[in-house]
Amino acid sequence: MNGNPDMRALLRVGGLEKRFGENAVLRGIDLEVTAGDRIAIIGASGSGKSTLLRCLNFMELPTAGRIELDGVAVGSERRRGDGSIERVYAEAELTRLRRRIGMVFQQFNLFPHMTAIGNVMEGLRTVLRRPAAEARARALVELTRVGLADKAEEYPARLSGGQKQRVAIARALALDPEILLFDEPTSSLDPELVGEVLAVIRSLAEEGRTMLLVTHELGFAYHFASRVLFLADGVIHEQGSPEEVLKHPREARTQAFLARHRAFSF
Amino acid sequence: MEYQWNFAPIFAHSDALLVGALGTLRIFVVCLLLGLSLGLLVGLARYSTRRLLTWPAAAFVEFFRNTPVLVQIIWFFFALPILVPFEISPMTAAVLGISLNSAAFSAEIFRGGIQSIEPGQWEAGRAIGMSYAQIMRRIILPQAIRRMLPALTNRGIEIFKMSTLASVVAYVELLHQGRLIASLNFNPIETYTVIAVAFFLFLYPLVRATYVLERRLGRSD
Amino acid sequence: MYQWDFAPVLANFDLLALGLLNTFAVTGTALAFGVPLGLALALARLTGKPLLAWPAGLLIEVFRTTPPLVQLFWFFFALPILIRVEMTPFMAAAATFSIQSAAFFAEVFRGGIVSIERGQWEAGRAIGMTHSQAMRRIILPQAVKRMIPAFMERAIELMKTTTLVAVVSYADLLYQANELAQKTFRPLEVLTVAALLYFVCIFAVSLASRALERRLAVSGETTVR
Ligand SMILES: Nc1ncnc2c1ncn2[C@@H]1O[C@H](COP(=O)(O)OP(=O)(O)OP(=O)(O)O)[C@@H](O)[C@H]1O
Ligand SMILES: [Mg+2]
Repeated sequence: MNGNPDMRALLRVGGLEKRFGENAVLRGIDLEVTAGDRIAIIGASGSGKSTLLRCLNFMELPTAGRIELDGVAVGSERRRGDGSIERVYAEAELTRLRRRIGMVFQQFNLFPHMTAIGNVMEGLRTVLRRPAAEARARALVELTRVGLADKAEEYPARLSGGQKQRVAIARALALDPEILLFDEPTSSLDPELVGEVLAVIRSLAEEGRTMLLVTHELGFAYHFASRVLFLADGVIHEQGSPEEVLKHPREARTQAFLARHRAFSF
Repeated sequence: MEYQWNFAPIFAHSDALLVGALGTLRIFVVCLLLGLSLGLLVGLARYSTRRLLTWPAAAFVEFFRNTPVLVQIIWFFFALPILVPFEISPMTAAVLGISLNSAAFSAEIFRGGIQSIEPGQWEAGRAIGMSYAQIMRRIILPQAIRRMLPALTNRGIEIFKMSTLASVVAYVELLHQGRLIASLNFNPIETYTVIAVAFFLFLYPLVRATYVLERRLGRSD
Repeated sequence: MYQWDFAPVLANFDLLALGLLNTFAVTGTALAFGVPLGLALALARLTGKPLLAWPAGLLIEVFRTTPPLVQLFWFFFALPILIRVEMTPFMAAAATFSIQSAAFFAEVFRGGIVSIERGQWEAGRAIGMTHSQAMRRIILPQAVKRMIPAFMERAIELMKTTTLVAVVSYADLLYQANELAQKTFRPLEVLTVAALLYFVCIFAVSLASRALERRLAVSGETTVR
């Protein structure tokens, strides 16, 4: 998939490292994401899946490495006193960049003091400064897409977990992000509510959107992903098509992970 | 023209300040002891299920929490002597005002602390044959007091600050002495600065202690 | 047995009413300046920039740990000499209680702000909000709702503390009562009525705040102290 020279990478990650104090969570991640890629990230708990995702929209600042969006490197280089090079990131640049990369959280993180449509409009109004009527119309389109037009005026407290997560997806979509990041979007949902959220994500996949999804739902990953990454020890331990990674893993670590993981049906 | 600070006259009166500091400490200790112990009694009364106890206790708490201490002190100093057959000294008036006010506030702390202990603790005590008073004394209060420590320390700090109000009825404490020195030497700037700094230096370690206590309790339960 | 006689109090009730009005004036002024200043102090303390956080922290701690009467004396007797401005008792009281209540309100604001889950900040940032946009649109509206009980408690404390202005001869309710007591030789009745007036006003605010707190609790909002 990297072989096609005229498919320019939408996102290119090189040598990405992230340390929390002594704890080196990411130890060198290299990754290219082309438009339309659907990447599932799997791995044991604590292997750094969330951290990787959060580095991609700079909710966490990488300790080392560089990230290019659409061929443009984020941040700038600065020479330290000892001659080594570090990357520095201006908050204004990161803020602008996050508009282009949507994120959906495990805990939804809806704004409880705003209605469903208020949540979806918020980015349009406050960040993009769109007029109210336009923002409302657009928000309604997104709510309709996730099947919640009739809940537009409800507050999050009165929505089910699945509905909340769908509003959160609509909130991310409203800004027309070039890339969507999902961090275990169904992990805090009751089992019977998982399906409705996965259905929305599947419909986004059919539109050809570029998405990265951290998940424990291996069955869903198999059908959803164009590529699967297995994270271990802070690096991408194995990657390939869902068929390769999930059905015929080469690496022992991957095999052990899949065996330990509850039996899943494709 | 810059103001010329001159602290010398204040230190010349350090004996007067010392007398004031002792007065402050004396009224603080008396009010702390009276306020907290009366507060415990009122808190227990408020927690009990007997209306004959809870209602008067509630009225006491509401009245003293919802009137200004200074009004109480003034009332005890100027109004109470008309009703009672004996003299009310400035110290008595101030102690009455500050202690009753602190009792009302600490009663609520005690009640809240006692209520915060899980019912299981009462049941466990009853199961081994302890009486109400025994459970309260041996099981509930020791646990509750630990949780209440930050709030009670805060009360103590408030009492210390309130002690300055005694100067209004001419009780001799730090601020009273400061006023005297300031009017003798026409140096209110230095005098009140020194007094403010003295209070701050004395109380700030206690304030920090409550922060530490709060954090530690927040971690352990 | 002492013969209670409230007639002199009732005859001069306008004096007490005026005092009560002045008490409200000081309280209102202190609130009007103290709340915004408190918010500014809290934001400064939360920036994490030492140049802002330190002075704000010092101001907050000093005004929270020194007795209000000492502060009032400092503002009334000392400050006018330092800045060469005549201070009326009202100005001194307004300045003292604005800054003092700001110090307390700052801690209320800070408690409210830090009580908001990290996920709310992240969700705001994830849709491209700046720090100040997230603070204004996402964090503060939620924090303010949680702060209401603590806020009311501070407002009540403030109103009680304003009685100190009587000591620098500002004609608040306590001062008027004291004057009237001396004029009528009826300190018992006058001071009792004054105490009851304070009680009624403050208790009413207390009850209102408790009702509000209950309503918030019903709607599932947690509160901070
Ligand atoms: N803000 C942080 N500060 C310090 N350590 C952190 C922070 N965030 C994550 N970590 C650490 O980084 C490691 C990886 O965490 P991360 O959340 O990325 O794992 P994960 O793969 O998403 O796990 P899970 O499947 O449980 O969500 C963990 O050891 C965690 O303790
Ligand atoms: Mg995770």
